[in-house]
Amino acid sequence: MAVHTSQSVAEAAGDDVARGPGRGAGRNPDKGRGMVTFRRSLSTHWYAWTMVAPVVIVIGVIIGYPLFRGIYLSMTDANERNVERSIGVNQMPATYEFVGLDNYADALTGDQFLGTLGWTLVWTVSCVSVTFLLGLGLANILNRRIAGRSFYRMMLILPWAIPGFVSVFAWRFLYNEDRGFLNRILAGGGIDAVPWLNDPTMAKISVIAVNVWLGVPFMMVALLGGLQSIDSAQYEAAEMDGANAWQRFRHITLPGLRPVSATVILLSTIWTFNMFPVIFLLTRGGPGEATQILVTQAFKFSFEISPRDFAQSSTWGVLILILLMLFAAVYRRVLRKQGDVW
Amino acid sequence: MSTDTATPTPGSKVAAVLAPANAPLRGRRSPLASVGLHATLVVASVIAVFPVLWVLLTSLKPPAYATSTDFFKDTTLTNYTNLLNDTPFLTWFANSLLVAGLTTVLGVFIAATTGYAVSRFRFPGKRGLMWTLLITQMFPVAVLIVPIYNIMSSMGLLNQPVGLVITYLTIAVPFCAWMMKGFFDTIPREIDESGQVDGLTPFGTFWRLILPLAKPGIAVTAFYSFVTAWGEVAYASAFMVGDENLTLAGGLQKFVNQYGAQWGPMAAASVLIAIPAALVFLFAQRHLVTGVSAGAVKG
Repeated sequence: MAVHTSQSVAEAAGDDVARGPGRGAGRNPDKGRGMVTFRRSLSTHWYAWTMVAPVVIVIGVIIGYPLFRGIYLSMTDANERNVERSIGVNQMPATYEFVGLDNYADALTGDQFLGTLGWTLVWTVSCVSVTFLLGLGLANILNRRIAGRSFYRMMLILPWAIPGFVSVFAWRFLYNEDRGFLNRILAGGGIDAVPWLNDPTMAKISVIAVNVWLGVPFMMVALLGGLQSIDSAQYEAAEMDGANAWQRFRHITLPGLRPVSATVILLSTIWTFNMFPVIFLLTRGGPGEATQILVTQAFKFSFEISPRDFAQSSTWGVLILILLMLFAAVYRRVLRKQGDVW
Repeated sequence: MSTDTATPTPGSKVAAVLAPANAPLRGRRSPLASVGLHATLVVASVIAVFPVLWVLLTSLKPPAYATSTDFFKDTTLTNYTNLLNDTPFLTWFANSLLVAGLTTVLGVFIAATTGYAVSRFRFPGKRGLMWTLLITQMFPVAVLIVPIYNIMSSMGLLNQPVGLVITYLTIAVPFCAWMMKGFFDTIPREIDESGQVDGLTPFGTFWRLILPLAKPGIAVTAFYSFVTAWGEVAYASAFMVGDENLTLAGGLQKFVNQYGAQWGPMAAASVLIAIPAALVFLFAQRHLVTGVSAGAVKG
């Protein structure tokens, strides 16, 4: 990951000092030598450490601390009524108790978490695959010489340029059951109104459609960049050898796109898994809980129901994070097995 | 619509996919294929543009006709004047501007030297830092929202722009550092070396040589984190209550939830929020893509 980014200064210092100061001192029984290593390390790397210090401190304070607090909360029975709070001038101390892994056991053995997880997976896989295929198709078309290419490109990127919450409201407007544009058009053709967001199945299709609409531009542009970095000589050589269009696509385009597609698939999987605004603003997880994904459900626990269930919400949050990290680790391992350096 | 009109697309898309991507046009594409390609692009463009265009057109209709299917109907600016005079839209706009602006400035400022250090130096702890930056970007909002809410609540920072700025920094700082690393990577290392030959310290090199060269990249990073904060929904919905304190993401929800569906003013608000953002975006997008993919691919 960092091999080619090393700088002459660091190289001159040698790789042997590239060891954590804490670990270096701890592992070495001879404290004097440990200190020397540490000092030498400090004098070589102090500027690098100074430069990264602001981020390390900020991350530690505003991400690290809340993260550990969140993990702790997930092992308590904290809710709105027993956390530290102020009523008027009175400061009420926290009275929640440590319950160990009970919340996790409840979540993993109950129906709700697994049910929501199931739909979240369906949602993520369908959004990412449809978005990827459409993005790939459009990128391939835009990569050809075709009249009005930059105009089309501009039009197709537009959904990416609009703030997400605005787009989602635009879609809500179109989907409106009684007066929305879509049903008006259907009515014009004599077709009954479709309950776009009020029927569980239709709502699922509708939220996926909106998320795909939002995601295609990024996918398309990223893949277009990947396509343009493929050497056109390869295509000419393949054509000379008599490869047909499908074979060229299969054996040149797809492998050439692999680094870019690996990255965008990973990113958009994570983004889609966590895609809060689309679900929250379109359906609030409804009808019933049909479109509730893990993130919106965790939000609901702590901000929409009463009493607010902070513990359950934190538990779901931690579980989501674990799932995503597992996914990223497995994904990376698979890529590595296929020989990609990532 | 999206499901209906999307149906014809796959067929023509397969045809497109089958063709060589980079092959120079040698006048071999049949007219039929050309028609197919243009048809695909036109359909896709219409789907991409229509929802946005429709909101724009709606915003120009009198409120009574908001849901009319006519493209134009008594074009008027009533929705805009109502929005600006009778709703707290400008307050929300100012709140968003303040929160997103502060987040951007602080995020870029805090992250700049880190982006440079991880781009150029090899140092103990670098691997861990890179992993932290990467992993924090996949943090779901659900992990941090409750503890941050409780912390903000006990510090009296709920409903305060400052609280929201601090919260947004949890997103902006790792993101800015990551993205700026990508941009610094594109600046030739020879420039650093020449700086060292001239006796500049690493920090001096960064400040005097690299930072000026990286200005476009920093601008893009700043723009992107501004847009992220501008469009954030979950924290804004949970932390800010009361008409005066909302940001745009929360404010827009008011038009469809609380007062019933006020599509007219909502459309006008959407246009006012979207058009400036879209213009800047379309202007900056080429660099933006470079930044995202450079940061991600070369990670």
